[in-house]
Amino acid sequence: MTTINMTVNGKAVSGDVPDQTLLSEFLRENLRLTGTHVGCDTSQCGACVVHINGKPVKSCSTLAASLDGANVKTIEGVANGELHPMQKAFNDNHGLQCGFCTPGMIMTGIDMVERYKAAGKTLTSDAIRDELEGNICRCTGYHNIVKSIEDAATKM
Amino acid sequence: MYPVKYHKATSIADAVAALSGGDDATILAGGQTLLATMKQHLAAPSDLVDIRSIEGMAGVSAVGNVLTIGAATTHADVAGNADVKKLCPALAELASHIGDPAVRNVGTIGGSIANNDPAADYPAAMLALNATIVTNNREMAADDFFDGLFGTALDEGEIITAVKVTSPRKAAYAKFAQQASLFALVGVFVADGAGGVRVAITGAGDDGVFRQSDMEAALASGWSAAALDGVAASEDGIMSDLHGSADYRAHLIGVMAKRAVAAA
Amino acid sequence: MSSGIGASVKRKEDKRFTTGKGKYTDDIRKDNQAYAAFVRSPHAHATVKGIDASAALAMDGVIEVLNGHQLTGDGIGNIICGWAVNSKDGSPMNMGAWSALATEKVRYVGDAVAVVIAETQSLARIAAEAVEVDYEMLPVVAHVMNAMTDGAAQIHENAPSNQIYDWELGDEAATDAALAGAVHIISLDLTNNRLSPNPMEPRSAVATYDDAEEHYTLYTTSQNPHVARLVLSAFYNVAPENKLRVIAPDVGGGFGAKIYIYPEEITCLWASMKTNRSVKWTSDRAEAFITDAHGRDHVTTAKMGFDANNKIVGFKIDTVANLGAYMSLFSSSVPTYLYAPLLSGQYNIQNIHCNVRAYYTNTVPVDAYRGAGRPEATYVVERMMETAARELGMDPAELRRINFIQSFPHQTPVLMAYDAGDFPKILGMAEKSADVAGFAARKAEAASRGKLRGMGYSTFIEACGLAPSKAAGSLGAGVGLWESAEVRVNPVGSIEVLTGSHSHGQGHETTFAQIVAERFDIPIESVSIVHGDTDKVQFGMGTYGSRSAPVGMSAVVKAMDKVEAKVKKIAAHTLEASEDDIVIEGGEVKVAGTDKAMGWHEVGLAAYIAHNLPDGMEPGLKETAFFDPVNFSFPSGAFICEVEVDPETGVTEIIKFTAADDFGTIINPLIVGGQVHGGITQGIGQAMLEQVIYDDDGQLLTGSYMDYTMPRAADVPSYDVSHMEDAPSPNNPLGVKGCGEAGAIGSPPAVINAITDAIGNNDLAMPATPQAVWRALQAAKPVAAE
Repeated sequence: MTTINMTVNGKAVSGDVPDQTLLSEFLRENLRLTGTHVGCDTSQCGACVVHINGKPVKSCSTLAASLDGANVKTIEGVANGELHPMQKAFNDNHGLQCGFCTPGMIMTGIDMVERYKAAGKTLTSDAIRDELEGNICRCTGYHNIVKSIEDAATKM
Repeated sequence: MYPVKYHKATSIADAVAALSGGDDATILAGGQTLLATMKQHLAAPSDLVDIRSIEGMAGVSAVGNVLTIGAATTHADVAGNADVKKLCPALAELASHIGDPAVRNVGTIGGSIANNDPAADYPAAMLALNATIVTNNREMAADDFFDGLFGTALDEGEIITAVKVTSPRKAAYAKFAQQASLFALVGVFVADGAGGVRVAITGAGDDGVFRQSDMEAALASGWSAAALDGVAASEDGIMSDLHGSADYRAHLIGVMAKRAVAAA
Repeated sequence: MSSGIGASVKRKEDKRFTTGKGKYTDDIRKDNQAYAAFVRSPHAHATVKGIDASAALAMDGVIEVLNGHQLTGDGIGNIICGWAVNSKDGSPMNMGAWSALATEKVRYVGDAVAVVIAETQSLARIAAEAVEVDYEMLPVVAHVMNAMTDGAAQIHENAPSNQIYDWELGDEAATDAALAGAVHIISLDLTNNRLSPNPMEPRSAVATYDDAEEHYTLYTTSQNPHVARLVLSAFYNVAPENKLRVIAPDVGGGFGAKIYIYPEEITCLWASMKTNRSVKWTSDRAEAFITDAHGRDHVTTAKMGFDANNKIVGFKIDTVANLGAYMSLFSSSVPTYLYAPLLSGQYNIQNIHCNVRAYYTNTVPVDAYRGAGRPEATYVVERMMETAARELGMDPAELRRINFIQSFPHQTPVLMAYDAGDFPKILGMAEKSADVAGFAARKAEAASRGKLRGMGYSTFIEACGLAPSKAAGSLGAGVGLWESAEVRVNPVGSIEVLTGSHSHGQGHETTFAQIVAERFDIPIESVSIVHGDTDKVQFGMGTYGSRSAPVGMSAVVKAMDKVEAKVKKIAAHTLEASEDDIVIEGGEVKVAGTDKAMGWHEVGLAAYIAHNLPDGMEPGLKETAFFDPVNFSFPSGAFICEVEVDPETGVTEIIKFTAADDFGTIINPLIVGGQVHGGITQGIGQAMLEQVIYDDDGQLLTGSYMDYTMPRAADVPSYDVSHMEDAPSPNNPLGVKGCGEAGAIGSPPAVINAITDAIGNNDLAMPATPQAVWRALQAAKPVAAE
């Protein structure tokens, strides 16, 4: 067992977990933050993406024990009183259907927009599609996810 | 996952001790392959020794035209590093297409090289650039380091600490991704650098990453895509699987090699 | 009204999904919860000689290990196939026994033989590996074309040569005669590749047992919780229906895979009683690949005859269908009644005959996957039309046009009575959007860059809203195919609609609310949709076959008719007017042409206060309706795909994909567009990326996303989607036809027709991977690229 202390969505949390506990398990089972989803075993689907110290990471492929002291943001921590522009854009553009991949899409989308803005690069629809290589959606055919991220990029 | 004991090593000595302390201890350098393997019960190490917090293990430094890249440097950091982009842009470009953005924030160059997955990108770069693999015990030429499928020259308890790459005159990597995994079905790294003209192929070899000597010879006598005309990659030793048979992979080696040369 | 029918209302349900507050089955945790892990066969075909669970049981934290003998000993019934299909000689289909936990024999890799119940999920999985099963291996039938060969291993005792049925539809003699008289005969051999549905949420079940009440609750990833309860109760004998509650909370996609009641749900329920614990099982992706029903998997030969004017005179189809190791719930109907009746496509064909032989193999059971039979039919018809156009030297659109059905109703020779459509119009819409006229110039420009452009068509019809119950019953369906709804107007005027349809991405909480808001002219925020819980909703048949709009919404409309009638009676009584003069608009119930009015909420209140109701009227304002349509609905579409092939590598890029659809009335264009985008992407996945592959030993080679290619964002383009609403369905009150499957049904042949056009070789099978395209190019002596 390892005792973990980290900041999740701005709050200090701690827990004693077996060393093999994945961050996704720690979030879902220990903290009951079930918005982070697990859709595959091989790190392809991206439903589990959260931000660790400001960077998107697949929480299903990260050991909780290795993240002592880390600052984690999950989908539950994105809205700040009101919906984040990315969350609103997904609603405005019908960027989700069943909603299962959506948390990962939003976490990935936010990072992508912030990164491109920081680098002064334009986030084209082709670039969005390339950036989504680690996120799989079975419902939307991506059309409206791409639109949502493009839309959010103008509002973030 | 099976139970495992996690160690956060604070020094090389600490890591070496932890590695020798477990029945079947292994290094955790990023875990983007290892943890998936463990989740599927395909690996069951007794101990995981996390080397990422060891001072000096991550980061890039440049002295003259030699890059030293710490083993725990993530793919994203290699891709975004100003020195790498300046001295070996082909390597930065390669790193920017490993896995996906989230994987690149965690996966590391040392982990990739130590794993030597036959479809990984970095091994091709290391071979073609005649890189030096630095461990806690010694320095090895990439030619001496990679050893078949998932095999390396690393001894028990030996830890990669860095790789050294000398800026090449020209280099480029052209990858044809396996559509499901996005690993290389065929990846060709061409370089005209410290080790002369080199062409290294990943994704395609029955025995892992390898150098394509016919192409090296052709390019040595004239660096152009046209120089590769008529240099057919042999199907001997080329892998066949459900994603690509040997003849298709061999064909792609020719196509990707030309594209890499043209881009270099 | 901006939130009524035809408005692109933003989804009401999105807030919980975009903030991580959705509640999926795996998010549920009960007190006293234990975890199940299944012991699965690593062999495709073997006799089970014995099971030794002692090592697992000895592990600290393992609660119980249960096997199939205990399960059947407790009276749990075998898994059924709910659609009886007879062979053409009249004999019934050969249904092999399927126990939720195998007892004597395992028949595919993944077949469960035991279940471990433990305190944690990881422990359950580790303990499952410690259960020792003694298998005696048997010869394997891994591929359907080997199932019928002499000496093939027999998978079920009652199915000689592994044949399930040998079925036909249409007049063979007349079709043979028509083909004999044809001027041109076009022949085609096709394979419809096997797919894994892959909803992103893996299947999951949480079963609880209340021993004091002898009552079970099952939370599960289901498209049809009431059907699940019915089957679990009536056939699997888990519990009587009044002692079993099934809840399908937020469900992360279905695509057919979540219709069926699988061994895992049955076992978890039973195990919850055996252990008196809540039992949770959640599949990982690897387990999903070997337990979720697969789709498609046909091998077909087809012949089409044309007269001197290039009119079709006859169409003959012979199909072999792989149903896997056991007959899943609707498996028998997919290659028969959901397939052959669509083989007339959009064309006036007088003679059609289709023969279908279905076989067992040692593979995962095969059942309905998005489109279910109709994509397979469309692939045959539309590849045939494109091939014929090439061989006859005709423009592919023109060949289609001269063979289109032009008037309705139209009776095909394969059961279907098409009721409404305008095929030339939607084709024209698609041609315009796709800029067919400019294609030659684009092709030339691409050629100048060394690239090969191609264009392919697919003009298709589907049959949705499976119905009517009586007709389906006469064809062998074991269930009725109606839907139910309850409309509850509360005393404050807000409305709850309880529907038997289930939303797992379709947006019912929005679209169903739209039709209510429009009807009673009240804000959409005042309308809530309740679904997915057998304790709340009266009954329902669930969501599949694009049936929620044509059947589910129609039931809501019928219930609203009853509400409206009662509202008018109450208002007429209160306002001292004639019922015929009462109108509902603007949040009021008024006497037309006067200023006499009651607020909508006042009528609700009056109904419940009941101080002043017409004599004899029951208090309350709540109505239930069941809707059983008189016919299928017939959505149709015209898709045009334009591709560019890199001849050096075989890599194909979809440059443009145009879809013009006739879904009848559109309730919400935003949501309908999303359904089309998703469907097309699954169709492109089938055409270019996805394939389940077994080796000769029946081992699955494509068991993870490392080997099974899911379409990613960069694999597909943005789509050009339009709708035609001029031919509403005459068979339901809204004129809707259903839109969930069209994209997946119509797109595969459009893609393959485009690629084969580009490369000049029609011999190309799905999935058209770069390697397959490159190989077809080599065979066709490609245009030099350099």
